[in-house]
Amino acid sequence: MNIVVCVKYVPDATAERGFDPGDRTVDRSGVPGLLSELDEYAVEAALKLAEAGDAEVTVLTVGPADAADALKKSLQMGAGAAVHVLDDAIHGSDSVGTSLVLAEAVRKLGAERPVDLVLCGMASTDGSMSVVPAMLAERLDLPQVTFASELEVGGGTVRIRRDGEAATETVEAALPAVVSVTDQANEPRYPSFKGIMAAKKKPVQTWSLADLGVDAGAVGLASAWTAVDSFEARPARQKGTVVTDEGDGGQRLVAYLAEQRFV
Amino acid sequence: MSEILVLVDHVDGVVRKTTTELLTIARRLGEPSAVFVGAGYEQAKDTLATYGAQKVYLLEQPELTDHLVAPKAEALAQLAERSAPAAIMLTSGAEGKEIAGRLAIKLGSGVLTDVVDVEPGDGTVLATQAVFAGNYTVRSRVTHGTPILTVKPNSATPEPALAQPVEEKADVTVSERARAARVVERSPRTQTGRPELTEAAIVVSGGRGVGSADNFSVVEGLADALGGAVGASRAAVDAGWYPHAYQVGQTGKTVSPQLYLAAGISGAIQHRAGMQTSKTIAVVNKDPEAPIFEMADFGVVGDLHAVLPQATEEINRRKG
Repeated sequence: MNIVVCVKYVPDATAERGFDPGDRTVDRSGVPGLLSELDEYAVEAALKLAEAGDAEVTVLTVGPADAADALKKSLQMGAGAAVHVLDDAIHGSDSVGTSLVLAEAVRKLGAERPVDLVLCGMASTDGSMSVVPAMLAERLDLPQVTFASELEVGGGTVRIRRDGEAATETVEAALPAVVSVTDQANEPRYPSFKGIMAAKKKPVQTWSLADLGVDAGAVGLASAWTAVDSFEARPARQKGTVVTDEGDGGQRLVAYLAEQRFV
Repeated sequence: MSEILVLVDHVDGVVRKTTTELLTIARRLGEPSAVFVGAGYEQAKDTLATYGAQKVYLLEQPELTDHLVAPKAEALAQLAERSAPAAIMLTSGAEGKEIAGRLAIKLGSGVLTDVVDVEPGDGTVLATQAVFAGNYTVRSRVTHGTPILTVKPNSATPEPALAQPVEEKADVTVSERARAARVVERSPRTQTGRPELTEAAIVVSGGRGVGSADNFSVVEGLADALGGAVGASRAAVDAGWYPHAYQVGQTGKTVSPQLYLAAGISGAIQHRAGMQTSKTIAVVNKDPEAPIFEMADFGVVGDLHAVLPQATEEINRRKG
């Protein structure tokens, strides 16, 4: 089985994040970046499938030079190979542009050896849109089974469980398919010392848009189908009243709630 | 005025509040056309009319509901091609976002998710979003194709505007490939009698400080006294004390209620990301250093096992 895991390099969610005042894209300067926490679950899911049977795991990212760090972490966890689509023209792409580049990269990998499964995290921890897996499935003309909290692959079929809005569902699709996993799917491993050493020898390919046959004019900020008009920092919340419970904490809480007309 | 397609979010005809919010917002942009997929329209009919649907497209083919999102995306794409709407609006949940993603590629249209406000502008739609854990307010527009917007629950107060919708049975073609993913089993969530978490006006959440699954009854007790929903932090969910469907935070549900009451939750960034835009925040935590106190409108430093039951009792006493 040939598994491709799409991962994203994101600004650390615990750091102070902001926008570039010039082009209104996400300002990555001065903010440490890392492999999106939610993508670790997709990498882990791929590694589990590889361990259970015969599978190759390739991690794929689209992003600036630093994004190689996200690939490195994935290789240290145990992925076999990595592909980095790196091209200045990609800067500022929206989800539509990003999904185009990812789809073409998956196609190129598939030309070497058919891809059975494309795994993604449930959302990035920066944009948090959750739309890229669906867009990728649409572009690749594949079924999508998303937000998997459990994942099984066998007999040419993927079967997942997902917590829907109103019900828990079991969903099945024939491979190849695009699957996204939630943080309930597994417990991502930490890279072992052996994994860290082994990662240094693993192949990392860097592809440009030209390598993928993607027109630079189809991606990037100027070709995005959405535009940011303005952004402003939300004023910090004013810290309110804090009281210490002296046996009447519940009553004082209710007095406040009543004042605010919640009771 | 142009049509605005609004995908109706319903369970067997029971229209969710998110849809009446969408219809209310859609009226600012044009004439709302409700897209009703599945069975149960008779039950939904009055609600859609009450909130101003000028038209209802009825899509009752079973293959639209047995196969996840791809057929719904195809159906909306076909309706959009026929009616040339000024915008397409969906609820910002897992399903709404997935349909929006597929639809964007099919129609060659930009998509904005987690929108909290919209207004018309310059032949397009101006949308407001809260990003980076609610730390920034961003105003964006779709610059290509038909604007596709997924709108967060609680972004508007539903306002009635009685209409007499024209009903149109719409036949759409569902391709073989859209049927490739199949729902093989569905077990509806046990009804708790409480409001749906993402649309509740009041949410009471418990975290690590709750201490056990049994102790969640004190959180539930207060939620019931307030008529609210119950939420849980990731720590409480990971410990197995409460089901994942109730997790509030970056990797769970995002809530934006009138009142969010966090009990025994320290306030990790991932949790704050899921509740930061709540209008009023109240906190009960025995650790006075817990970061969540920084964002509290009202905080009690104390043991939730004492404070919550006392608050519940006090509310019930006041209600008489």
